[in-house]
Order: sequence, then structure tokens, then C-alpha cells
Amino acid sequence: MNIWARFRDNAVLYLGILVLVYMLAPIAVIAIFSFNDPTGRFNFEWVGFTTDYWTGAFDNEEINNSLLLSIRLAFFTSLGATLLGTLIALALVRYEFLGRKAANLLIVIPIATPEVVIGASLLSMFLIYGINLGFTTLLIAHIMFSISFAVIVVRSRLIGFDRRLEEASADLGASPLTTFFKVTLPLLVPGIAGALMLTFALSVDDFVISNFNAGSNVTFPLYIFGANQRGIPVQVNVIATMLFAVTVIAMTFVIIQQRRAEKMADRRADDDNKATVSVPI
Amino acid sequence: MKTLRQRLVPYALLAPGLLWLTLFFVVPMYFMGELSLKTGDLIDGFQLTWAFENYTNAISNYSTQFGRAFLYAGIATVLCLLLGYPLAYAIAFKAGRWQNLMLFAVIAPFFTTYLIRTIAWKTILEDSSPVVDVLKFLHIVPEDGRVLATAGAVIAGLTYNFLPFMVLPLYASLERLDLRLLEASKDLYASSRQTFLKVTLPLTAPGIVAGVLLTFIPAAGDYVNATFLGGTNQSMIGNVIQAQYLVVNDYPTAAALSFTLLLIILVAVLLYIRFAGTEALMGDDEEAR
Repeated sequence: MNIWARFRDNAVLYLGILVLVYMLAPIAVIAIFSFNDPTGRFNFEWVGFTTDYWTGAFDNEEINNSLLLSIRLAFFTSLGATLLGTLIALALVRYEFLGRKAANLLIVIPIATPEVVIGASLLSMFLIYGINLGFTTLLIAHIMFSISFAVIVVRSRLIGFDRRLEEASADLGASPLTTFFKVTLPLLVPGIAGALMLTFALSVDDFVISNFNAGSNVTFPLYIFGANQRGIPVQVNVIATMLFAVTVIAMTFVIIQQRRAEKMADRRADDDNKATVSVPI
Repeated sequence: MKTLRQRLVPYALLAPGLLWLTLFFVVPMYFMGELSLKTGDLIDGFQLTWAFENYTNAISNYSTQFGRAFLYAGIATVLCLLLGYPLAYAIAFKAGRWQNLMLFAVIAPFFTTYLIRTIAWKTILEDSSPVVDVLKFLHIVPEDGRVLATAGAVIAGLTYNFLPFMVLPLYASLERLDLRLLEASKDLYASSRQTFLKVTLPLTAPGIVAGVLLTFIPAAGDYVNATFLGGTNQSMIGNVIQAQYLVVNDYPTAAALSFTLLLIILVAVLLYIRFAGTEALMGDDEEAR
């Protein structure tokens, strides 16, 4: 194969890699500027290299408080949304019932509604009832927008579920409750863990809905929004880079584990099933 | 026969979650509707006067921002599709052993806060940045021009922020593609281009529909990109709603604007699904034949 043909064959791959570079560039910029030593209050231009902000990552009281509030909020949000979402997913996958379409619709519509409208409508209700905005209103709002995502994650796990295991448990004389706690729940753990992680991440990252319903509370994203005009401290870049690094390491670990599991499964499976197919455009 | 108790189990499971969604999603919509028909001010309170003129006033006063929101979101969605399709295709068929890594790179942006990523674009597009110098050298940006505070910056930001929402559904539908159909098309002497246009594209239509909706809807309501990357002439309808609620405290106008935005999006989505839905259906027909 000559070079031109090979290039043309892989053009879509090179294009895809370019798009990935576009997607990852801002993250690189965030990490690089966490080592910047800006002269003014604004951290937009490269001045010089320093590790001061890494060693003093948690020196800014305001940032720390907002971060702690975000983590506390995300913790309760992920627990609440995952619990409610798991119950809904169980009902949707396991049972035939009247009104299933309506239930599905109620779960999908919040995902398809612009955040600004969700935030605004909740604020409207709180205003009409004269409810003070605070941690409770934030938690109500965050659980609300997270439920749908929890349902989707747990449901996808339930669909690939081997129901014969539950039947076996029943055949062996276990009560439905014992079966649920000894068989169903343990098998659901990866789905529930995924839902917990996703809803936690969604909550920590939420800005728009929090912007409407936080009152005087300042979550991490709200702090950044407010700090934008007076200059964002370099510590924000440091903490963002740290969070990113921690997640990447955790994900790498998961992927390596998965690869190992796949390899073991491959060894057991017939080689015929592994025939690879190359696809022309 | 199932006992009554067994029949009630699914409803018992659904009740807490759906009650939450009803109380804090459906009911608030009703109150926003009510608020949008009131008149008054913050000091004297708001009275329900069925003030439908709130809607006509809001729309005529802010038609520019409405137009801008849908224009910017529309362009960003098209750009996302043009960038996202090759990427999803490369991940699904060309990545080989790098597939997991590339998928991971697609969701990696989610691990840093949305706001910080948008502010990073401010750094990249800043007046004295190397990227802007290159754009000036290529005469894409005039010598005395700037990139920040232009429509281009806001659209670039929207495209960047919502690209993963396009790539993931596209990848999911490409991954499910039956490869034998592509081989059959080739065996029947279709060119690569014909195979793509007549087989791959129609069969991935559901992914395109999902991706377009997941990109367009949040982009149309967004105000973060316009706030950080745009100037006063780039404010979108989301900016107006946010300011009317949280700064000006003109709740009726703000509520009327939110409701109008929701209605326009709902109508657009229904029309789009109707139009795109038949196309997806045709794809299924072809598969059946």
C-alpha cells in the first residue's frame, strides 16, 4: 500500500484525533496556568513559572468553603437521586403496569429541558411560597435534575441482568426479600455505583440551576462565576487540575481492570468469535 | 393471577421518585406560568392580573436575544455534528486498541468544571494569545481585530462545551451498526461514498437525532458562554432570563421569557422528531428488506 492510500484510509482517524485535541486543549491550558505566576489579579497571560499555588492550594478560605459546600451537596444529592432512581429503574424493567409510558416521559422530559428553565421554574415556586433559598432548596433542585440520569444508568444494568439467578434463589427456598438482598442487590452494585458517581459529578459541576436556587450559598461553580470579574485565583486552576488528575487515575485503574477481565474472558471464549472486521468508509 | 398486592409493587417503587419529579419539576412549571401572568413589583408584591401582555412585551423587547440564541445554538449544533461524526466514526471503526482511550478522552472534559473550561477558552482566545496571532497571520481575523467578545468566540465555546453530547449518541449508534450491511453494499459495487450516504448515514439517523437534540437544547438556553466569551452584543436569551430573575427582579417578564423559550424548544423538538423520525423509519425499512 502506498503512503497516499494509507493516509486516505486513515484520514477519518486523523480528523478524529484533531477533534480530540480541540476537546482537550482547554484542560491543558488549565493545568499549565496552574503553574503561572500572574502579576495582577487576572490569570490570563503567561508570566512565569511557580509552584507556589500548588503548595498553597488550600490557602484560600473562600475557595475551601465553596468546595466543601459543593461536596456536601453532591454527597446528599447522589444518595437521594440514586435511591429514588434505582427504585424507578426496578419498576420500569421488572414490571408491566399501566402508565408506564407516562412514567418514561416524566423521566425523559427533564433531560430535554434547558437548565435555565428548570432553575427559573423552581425559583418561581419558591418565590410564590416565600420559601427561603438555601441548602435545602439546592438539594431539592439537585436531586430533581439527577434522578433521570440515575434511572438511565441503573436501568441499563438491569436490562443485562440474568434473571435465572433470582429464580435459582427462589427455587432454593429463599424468600423474595432474601433474594433481593442476597442476589439482586449485589448484582446491581456496579449500576448503583455508576449512578452514584454520575450524579455526584453532575451535582458538583452544576452552575445554572444552582445560580437560581442557592440564595446566599456559594458552591464551587458559583464562586468561580462570582470571582470571574475580580480575577480568579490560581488556586482554582490547581484544584481543577487535581480533581482531573484524581479522576483520570481512577478511570485508568478501572480500564486496566476491565482489560484484564476481558483478556481472561477471551481466553475462555472460542477464537472464532474474535474475528475482526475492517470497515471501509 | 396476580394478587392486588403484587400489582401495586411497581407503583410503590415508582411513587417516591415520580412524586419528587412531579413536585419539583411539573408543579414549578405551573407556578412559573402563574408568575408570568402577574403584574406588580418586588416592594408591593405581585398580583395575578392575567397580564398576557407580559408575553407580547417580553417577546418584542427581547426578540434579538431570542434570535441570537437559536442562531448561535443552531450553528454550534451543525459544527458539533460536522466535528462529532468523524470522531465518533474513528472511535467506532478505526481506533483499534485505542478505542477505550479515545472514548475516555471524549468524556475527560467532564472531569473539570464547566465554568473553568469555558474560562480556559478566554485564555486561549485572549488578545495577545498565540492562537489569535495565528488567526491574524492567516487573515481570518483582521490585524486590529479581536476574537473575544465576538459571536465567533461564543459559538466556538458552545461547540466545544456540547461536543461530547453529540459524540456519545453518535458513537452508540455507529457501534450498533451491522457491519455485514456495509460489506453487502460493497459487494454490490457501491462506492465508499455511496455506502456512507445510503447505508451508514440512514442507519445512524437515530444517533444523529439524539445528538442534535442533546446539543441544541442546552445550547439554546445557555448563558455561561455568552457571559464569559461574548460582549454586550452577544447576550443570548439565557442571559436575559438570568438577569431579569436575579438582578432586575422583574419576575413576571422573566417567567414569560422562560415559558416562551420552553414552548419554542418544545415545538422545534416535536417538528424535528416528526421530520427526522420518518427518515429513521426509512432506515429501518431498508434494514427489513
